Amino acid sequence: MIQFNNVTKVYQSGDKEVKAVNRVNLSVEKGEICVLIGPSGCGKTTLLRMVNRMIEATEGLIEVNGENIQSLDSIQLRRSIGYVIQQTGLFPNMTIEQNVSVVPRLLGWDRVKIQHRYNELMDMMGLDPDEYRNRYPWELSGGQQQRIGVARALAADPPVMLMDEPFGALDPVIREHLQNEFLRIQKTVKKTILFVSHDIDEAIRLGDAIAIFNAGELMQYGTPNEILSNPRNEFVSQFVGSDRTLKRLNLLTVDDLLQRVAAVRQKKQKSYKEACGGSTVRRDSDLRNALSVLLSSPTGAAAVVDEEGNAFGNITIADFERLVEVHPAQLKSIVQ
Amino acid sequence: MPEKKWENVVRAGLFLVIISFIGWAYVAGSFRFIADNPDELIYLLGQHLKLVGLSSFLAVLVAVPLGIFITRPRFKKFDWIVINFANVGQTVPSLAVLALVMSYLGLGYKTAVFALWFYSLLPILRNTIAGIESVNPSVIDAGKGMGMKPSQILWKLELPNASYAILAGIRTSTVINIGTAALAFLIGGGGLGDFIFTGISLYDTGIMLAGAVPVTMLAITIDFLLGKLEKRIIPKGLHWESD
Repeated sequence: MIQFNNVTKVYQSGDKEVKAVNRVNLSVEKGEICVLIGPSGCGKTTLLRMVNRMIEATEGLIEVNGENIQSLDSIQLRRSIGYVIQQTGLFPNMTIEQNVSVVPRLLGWDRVKIQHRYNELMDMMGLDPDEYRNRYPWELSGGQQQRIGVARALAADPPVMLMDEPFGALDPVIREHLQNEFLRIQKTVKKTILFVSHDIDEAIRLGDAIAIFNAGELMQYGTPNEILSNPRNEFVSQFVGSDRTLKRLNLLTVDDLLQRVAAVRQKKQKSYKEACGGSTVRRDSDLRNALSVLLSSPTGAAAVVDEEGNAFGNITIADFERLVEVHPAQLKSIVQ
Repeated sequence: MPEKKWENVVRAGLFLVIISFIGWAYVAGSFRFIADNPDELIYLLGQHLKLVGLSSFLAVLVAVPLGIFITRPRFKKFDWIVINFANVGQTVPSLAVLALVMSYLGLGYKTAVFALWFYSLLPILRNTIAGIESVNPSVIDAGKGMGMKPSQILWKLELPNASYAILAGIRTSTVINIGTAALAFLIGGGGLGDFIFTGISLYDTGIMLAGAVPVTMLAITIDFLLGKLEKRIIPKGLHWESD
């Protein structure tokens, strides 16, 4: 859906040439969230802004939906790509409804269709359309403003979205809330999204794929699991952090672990709850939480329960051995 | 709110100053002078208004587009030249501007309009540039990234969001202009300065204040009216700045 071929951006700084982005090759599949991440000045935002030609690439080819973006009119291109930035960039002189309807109006939609779309988007964002219609951005909280920013970017239903640290300026609680909502919305809208972040936890939570950059070069590109389990070089492993094995546990659920364990453990137990001293974990909770339960369980084991609370299996700390490279002893020392 | 309270105190103080000013004029016999020469006052007031109206109107017509022009990305590199020029220009006393212009264009109404126009340009120009440059860059970035054309960015984003500063510049410039226009009499431009300077040369405070009081009232009235206009033109979303 989005394809970067040997993309390079060179800035002239005095008589020195600075390569902000250096020969990047990357391809983002349709309907996926690709998180671009790295330290400041690594070129991630530059790469993002080259997609809607806010910055022109010095060399290389960028294709969106199979079309070379250089062959498209930049104004038309931008209207067909959703754009969300960190400082929201809401227009203070316009009402919320006018803000959300900017791109449809640029595209010349009729009034009824625009109003209908506004109502639809606000419902999707969990905001009352009529309550906010005639209010102005300054009357809203940071979290609400950013939701309006996302609604505005979705207004003309673009297949591709560019998001530059959209949740970066929010406090952690609101940020997590918005991230979850964003994932919920993405499940229904299925946009192809390039998402710039500097927060590895956010990248792991949101990304179908993560691209790690340093000094303009792509260090590694892969699924969160690939990056956490197999960092390609020193930089990546430092960037994802020494607790990467623990972070990886966020990606897996108790169910995943049970499936791996099931292959080697066939015996059935009658009463899992009693055998485990009363500790239980839900099958859909992530393994990081499960590990925490196990460590506080007197028997080192916990019963796995389904949504109704019926126990149907158990896990122990030793089961974590089934996850490649994670040794139980190692886990214990990391958690403590 | 203590700020609101102080604002009211200051306002009441200013009101008292104006009342005592008018009272002084009454004691000095200004109103008797005006009552004896009503036609002359009306004539001079009309002349004064024409001087101010024409020069301020032309100043807005030139300074606002110039401010817009100089803040376009292509010319932004050179805006400091204009800003410095405007800043230095503002430090030249208004009387000196009149004298300088007179030495080239001679005496008369046109000279006065030209000098007042020139002196009114700078506050408007400065505020237009400052207003446009103070629009949050993320607003412009978002507009551009969503596919607005440069002209749409100017009309829908930059000007509405800079309107507070631009209109404040026009208001300040016009009010200053009303005062400065009293000097136009010195170069044969007419206006209420006629009474003021006649009063000064005759050592007659009454005649002097018969010119000064109407000028003051005119300035206060115009300032009030422009303030009302501001409230109508500035987008509601920005009103929290002025409230």
